[in-house]
Formats: sequence, C-alpha cells, structure tokens
Amino acid sequence: MKYMLLIYNRPDFTTELSDEERTAMFAEVGELMRELTESGELVGGQALVHPAQAKTVRGRDGQPVVSDGPFLESKEQFGGYCAIDVESEERALEIARRWPDPRYGGAIELRAIMDEGVPEG
Amino acid sequence: MSADPRQVEPLLRALAPRVLGALVRRHGQFGLCEDAVQEALIAAAAQWPADGLPADPRAWLTTVADRRAIDAIRSERSRREREAAVAEETVEVEVGDADDTLRLLLLCCHPSLTPATQVALTLRAVGGLTTAQIARAFLIPEATVGQRISRAKRTIRAAGARFELPAGDELAARLAAVLQILYLVFNEGHTATSGGDLTRAELTGEAIRLTRELHALLPADGEVAGLLALMLLTDSHRDARVGPDGLLVTLDRQDRTRWDRAQIEEGIALVTEVLGAADRGPLGPYQVQAAIAAVHAEAPTAEATDWPQIAALYGVLERLAPGPMVALNRAAAIAMVDGPQAGLARLDELARDERLAGHHRLAAVRAHLLERAGDRAAAAASYREAARLATSLPERRYLEAQAARLGEAGT
Repeated sequence: MKYMLLIYNRPDFTTELSDEERTAMFAEVGELMRELTESGELVGGQALVHPAQAKTVRGRDGQPVVSDGPFLESKEQFGGYCAIDVESEERALEIARRWPDPRYGGAIELRAIMDEGVPEG
Repeated sequence: MSADPRQVEPLLRALAPRVLGALVRRHGQFGLCEDAVQEALIAAAAQWPADGLPADPRAWLTTVADRRAIDAIRSERSRREREAAVAEETVEVEVGDADDTLRLLLLCCHPSLTPATQVALTLRAVGGLTTAQIARAFLIPEATVGQRISRAKRTIRAAGARFELPAGDELAARLAAVLQILYLVFNEGHTATSGGDLTRAELTGEAIRLTRELHALLPADGEVAGLLALMLLTDSHRDARVGPDGLLVTLDRQDRTRWDRAQIEEGIALVTEVLGAADRGPLGPYQVQAAIAAVHAEAPTAEATDWPQIAALYGVLERLAPGPMVALNRAAAIAMVDGPQAGLARLDELARDERLAGHHRLAAVRAHLLERAGDRAAAAASYREAARLATSLPERRYLEAQAARLGEAGT
C-alpha cells in the first residue's frame, strides 16, 4: 500500500534552532530517507520552497485568478512530502512518528494513495 | 537474419529460471548468479531481434551468464577479454533439472523476506522480467525495485537459505508462500486492466504462466491446480468487468457472452479433476475458491446462479481459511438464498469485527442489500459511506454513481 506523509510546520521554525540542533534535525531526516531507500520502501519525496514564494489560483466569477501567497492562511504550512510503499498502515505510522517535525510544533498527515485498479466486484 | 521481438521475450522468460538453476548449481552464489543471468537476458533482448536467434538459445544464455558470473567472481579480468571470449567459446555447463524452477520459487519466496521483496525477486529471477518492467508494473521507481532485489539477496544469504527442496511439512508450508505470492502478482495485474495499462496487465499472464509451470512440476498438488483454475476463471471476466467509461461492472451485471470460454473450460476441467481425484491431498482454500468461481462460470445469467451451492462453499472456505472478507462474501451469498433481511442481520454481526467495521466492502454490500430490500434512502447513505472508505479510484467512482442514482430517484 502506498502512502503519502504530508509534512506541515511553521515555515521559519528552523531559524529558531541553534546551528547544532538544525544540523542534527536535517541529519535525522537524511538518515530516515537513507533507511527508506535501503529498505526499498521509498517512492519519492520533495521539500517545497518557503510559502512566501507561493502563488494561488482561485476561481472568481468562474475564471481562474492568480494571487500571491499560500492557499490557507495558517501558522503551519505544507512544507513537503514523502511517498512510501509499505506493508501496512502500522508501518507507515511508525515512519511518520519518527519524522522530526511533530517535535518542533509541526504535524505529519498520513494519507493512503488512491489505487488506480478495479477490484473484483 | 532477425527474430521477432514478440517471440524473443517469451522465450527469454521461459529460459530464465533454467539458466539460473544451472548457474546456481555450478557456482552456488544465488545473488551473483541472478545478476549474471539478468545481464545475459538484457544482452539477448538487445541482440536477438537484430541478429536472429542463436542455434541453441539456452546454451547461448548459459554461456553468456556463466561468463559474467565467472567475471564477477574473478573481478580482475578485463572487460575486453570477457567480451572477446564470449563471442568465441561455448562453455559446457551442467544442465539443471526441471525442479530447478521449483527450487528457485521457494528461494525467492523465502520466509525471511517481506511479500514486496518476494514479489520483486520472483518476477526477476523466475519470471525473467527486468527491474524496469517490474517498476512500471507496480508504479514505483526502478531504484526502489533494485533496492528490494539487492536487499532480498542479502537477506537470503544471511538467512543461510539453500538451493534445495525441503522435505515433507516444510515443503508444504514453503509452497503455500509461493502460491500466495503468485496470487498476489495475479491480482495486481487483474485489478489493473482498467486503464488499459498493458504493462501492469501483463502480470496476470506472467502469474498464470508461472502457476502453470508449477502445476506441470507438481501435478498431484491440489492447491497448485486449484490456484491455476482460480486464476483462469477469474481472468475469464477480463473483458467484461470494466465498462467503456472505466467503471467497475459487478459480476451480476457483466455481459457473460464476453467471458473467455476457453479459459472457463480449462478452469472448470481443472477444478473437476482436482476435486474428484482420490489422491489430491487435503482440501485447500484455492480449490474451494476455484469451485466458487466455477459455479459462477456455469450460470448462464446472474439470476440462474446456484446460490445455495455458493453459500455452502463459502461455509467450507470459512472453516478452512477464516477471515472477515470470506465472512462478508458468505453473508452476501446467504442474502441471495434467504433474502436481503437475512443478509443484513449477518452484516450487523460482522460489523462488530473491527477489521471489517471501517471497510468499504461492508458498507457496499449493505448498500446493495438495502436497495434490494427497498430502502433507497438508507442504501444511498451506505453507498456514500462506502465511497468515502474506498481506496481504489474506479471503485469510488462506481460507488458514488450508485449513491447519486438512488439519491436522484429518492428525492
């Protein structure tokens, strides 16, 4: 089963950390990614640029209109994702729990990826 | 002289386990030999279509693979020497016996491995597929498949797994794991036929081919025959189970003239033979599932289906292999015999099982029974609940369409 870990956090939280803490945190993510690569569970993952650089397209009078800034006005913003292919939801949660963001005020949302297949009905 | 690539590929897949078996017998090192065979297969896939088939394809592959294996063992040998040598000489390699395929299947489905790695290794080492083909079929990056295969080989080595046939009870247990993996590969391909994605659908053919080969090796094994029959009977619905809009067409609404009669006949013959054989061994879940599929296949219409027989077979299956999905299917079959109220009462009991409580199939079956009982509003609500819980896009679309159909009629 494929899952996506959606990583939310305050966009500037890393500036509140000491250099050592920051280095340790990125090393932690690096180690986790290395483990997932080695185990053959990693499907992909990307980090996003700061939401200050985001542009959002909304509908106005049925027409798409572009504005500056992220979709949601919220302290925590979507910062990146990690897609995995694992044996069970339990294993996906185990990986999510090891992600550092929740310890720094962030959150990981776990969502299963929709299967494209047609099951026997 | 050239060879048709459509002929080359099946030939390579059929030869792959035989060549690998011979190499493992000679050198012992499974991981290294498997890499060497994979390289030889890739070389053949590139050369044969242009240059034509060699006089003895198996000897060609064995020679090339053996050279690569020796190279890997004596890694100091230069690349130039290796290629020059391969072009000229043919090495005599001991030819393995037919059971090599079985030994390889058992090794690839070794209990120290996870199902995902068992699948990847089986398809490559026994099926002769490339890492890229496996990656495309499972919609994952090629690097991920490569990692799974190399990890699997390290694990097998660390576990001290051997290239030999275990005896008695252990063979039966290990064989059960092989059947499970073949069925998993089959289902992956069978459910993928929706998007017209031929790469994924090919898995179905590959699973049937390997199971057929296993059946030829173990003709007296009832479960192997049962699994082959189940695959053939399930695959016979291929052209009828998905509508032109990509939506799921449930068994009761399929156009049965589009079922594959040749597959049905072969499947039914297998089931009949295995269930009638005196020495078939203990009855197993694949045989019972195949028998259920055969009863469906024999019915000219959904209404004419022998539902009491199907309900009884699900009862047998529940004793052999109890599980929430079997219980749910049994409840659905009982509802066809005793009416929707009897089915709904059973569903209420099943909903207490937490493995089923939040499952979309429970809500979908309930919706179907509520509609048959005439409660359209409740049926629509159950279809909506099922749609929210579904994890497959075409199935969610089907369930949403049912909810919408009932919602419109009800208001």
